[in-house]
This record gives sequence, C-alpha cells and structure tokens, in this order.
Amino acid sequence: MSDSDKPDPLARLGRELDRAQAARAPRPEAGRGDAGNLQRGMGLGFRIGLEFVVAIVVATGLGWAIDQWVGTRPWVTIVMFFLGVGAGMVNVYRAVTGLGMAVGYRHAGGKPVATDDWDDEA
Amino acid sequence: MAIELNPLEQFKIERIVPLHIGKLDVSYTNSALLMTIVVVLITALVLLGTRRASLVPGRLQSMVEMTYEFVADMIDSNVGREARDYVPFVFTLFTFILLANLLGLVPYSFTVTSHIIVTFALAAVVFIGVTIIGIARHGFHFLSFFVPHGVPLPLLVVLVPIEVLSYFIRPFTLSIRLFANMLAGHTMLAILGGFAASIGLLAIFPLAINTAMFALELLVAVLQAYVFAILTCLYLRDAIHLH
Repeated sequence: MSDSDKPDPLARLGRELDRAQAARAPRPEAGRGDAGNLQRGMGLGFRIGLEFVVAIVVATGLGWAIDQWVGTRPWVTIVMFFLGVGAGMVNVYRAVTGLGMAVGYRHAGGKPVATDDWDDEA
Repeated sequence: MAIELNPLEQFKIERIVPLHIGKLDVSYTNSALLMTIVVVLITALVLLGTRRASLVPGRLQSMVEMTYEFVADMIDSNVGREARDYVPFVFTLFTFILLANLLGLVPYSFTVTSHIIVTFALAAVVFIGVTIIGIARHGFHFLSFFVPHGVPLPLLVVLVPIEVLSYFIRPFTLSIRLFANMLAGHTMLAILGGFAASIGLLAIFPLAINTAMFALELLVAVLQAYVFAILTCLYLRDAIHLH
C-alpha cells in the first residue's frame, strides 16, 4: 500500500474541514436589539456600582477593625474611608476606560486587553 | 394546602450527616453534597470524554475538548502563551463554577455559589495564589506593582495606599459579583414562583415571566463563570507581566 497514489485520509479530512469552514460565511454580528443592549448596560452598571461600593465598604471596615485593635477610634476609620473612596474611583475609572484591572497606571505591554467583551460597547 | 412562600428558604443549609470534631462543626451538608456532585460530574465527563480519544471526536469528546480549548484560548489571549502552566487551574475553576451555577438551576437542588463563603473561598484561593506567583516570579520587585510610574514623591504618599487598597479589594469584588448575581437571580425566581402559586388561574402570567427569567438565569450562570475565569486570567497577567 503506497502513500503516494492513495490520497491520505487525513489530508482529505483537512481539506473538507477547510471547505466547510469557508462555506460558513462569517456571520455579521446580528444586532441583538434593545434587549441585548439593556442586558449589557445593566451588567456594566451593576459592575461599576459594585466596584465603587465594595471598595468603600471594605476600606472602612478595615479601618474600623484597625481602630478596634489599636484603640485609635475614630481616626483610622476616617482616613481609610477616604482612601476607600479613592480606590473605588480608581477602580471605576479603570473598569470604564478599559485599562483592565491592572494596578498601576501603566498600560500592560503588548496586546490590548480583551477583557470587557461581556459588557462593553453598551 | 400550605404553600412555602419564603423565597429565601432555598438557601438554607441543612446537615445531612452531622459531624463534629471538637467544637468544629464539619457536618456533611446539602451544600457539600452539591459540591461533591459537581466534582464527580466534571471528573466523570472529562474522563469519559478522553477515554477513547479519536481523531474525529464524538459528542462527549468534542464537548470536553471545546471547553478545554476555550479556557486555553482565554489564557493565551489574556495572559500569553507562557502562562499555559495555569490552564488546569483556570479550567478547574471555570468548570466548577459553571456546573455549580447550572446545577443550582435544577429544581429542588441547591445553589452552592449563592453563598458568599463559597465564592469568597474561591476568590481567596485565586488572590493568594496569584500573589504567590507574582512574588515567586519577581521577588521584591513585585512591590513596584504598587508604585505608579512618573508620579512626584508627595503624591506617592496618597497613591500607594490607594493602589494597595485596590489590590486587596480584588477578592471581595470577585466573590461578591458571583454571589450577588446568583442570590438575586434565584430569589427573584422564587418570588415569582411563589406569586404564581398563590393566585390561582391568573398564575399563567407570572409563570410566563418566570420562564423568561429562567432563560436569563441560564445566561447569567454561564456568564458569571466566564467572568470569574477571565478576571482570574487578568490577575494572573498582572502577576506575571507586572506591567
């Protein structure tokens, strides 16, 4: 049994797969209509709200715990509250501008971040 | 006929096999049972799907392969090829959350991911693991992560604590996002269901809405597993590339 004149079944399979994939025309991204937009918008809104609120709550809670521990009530709580607001805003800014979740203001080198495809272009 | 109308009843943890070690309550609960089912199911699917691996995959095999390639592509495009070592970790996380979410939608089952302690444990594993990876790869240089570039010294006093804080907030946002989505969705389904059960013939309307909501919940279940996995990838990228 010679390989040269008998067509290799694998090569044939590969060719057929290629043809089938080419035949499947690239579907234009069908507009999912208002429902899809609403869903995406809600997702984005929920995420932004969460980022902001969680930052403040966690920071303030942490400050309160430190206050309890060290006995400096209410100073650390106050400072941590404002730091939490700052961190929350930074997180919201990053989430919206698509800088990803990267800490630090530098863009991550290389490819653009393909992060927000579940909720961008709202 | 008494109808159970408490929409939060479904989240109750029940001890199936009471077990105590000293003062520690380590009972086997309905939550643990569901987690066991999820793990067994994933293991069985993957083992069965790869048992007779053929070049032209059958249904089960192509399901397993597609899931694997989905996760591998996610890592490739978000972290880079050098992070291939972490595919098993992300694959485990993704499939566990996905199946836990989906099985939670089966009537009379239990949604593991609607308990914050479960999602927080998952997020904490990701957070601690990623931090260790970052320190192992970069040593003390990892701390430069918290120092923004080109910022005058006086501003650093404010910015570094904010950066550190926003780093430590990650496990909280990660866990609350998953937990809140599942909790809210399942509560809403139960409220609409209870509503339908209590108004007799008119129940057809809330039932119709509930059906639509159920479809939405299916989407949310898959989406939240995806979001959890992709955020894990992003954190990994931060730890591996620093900037």
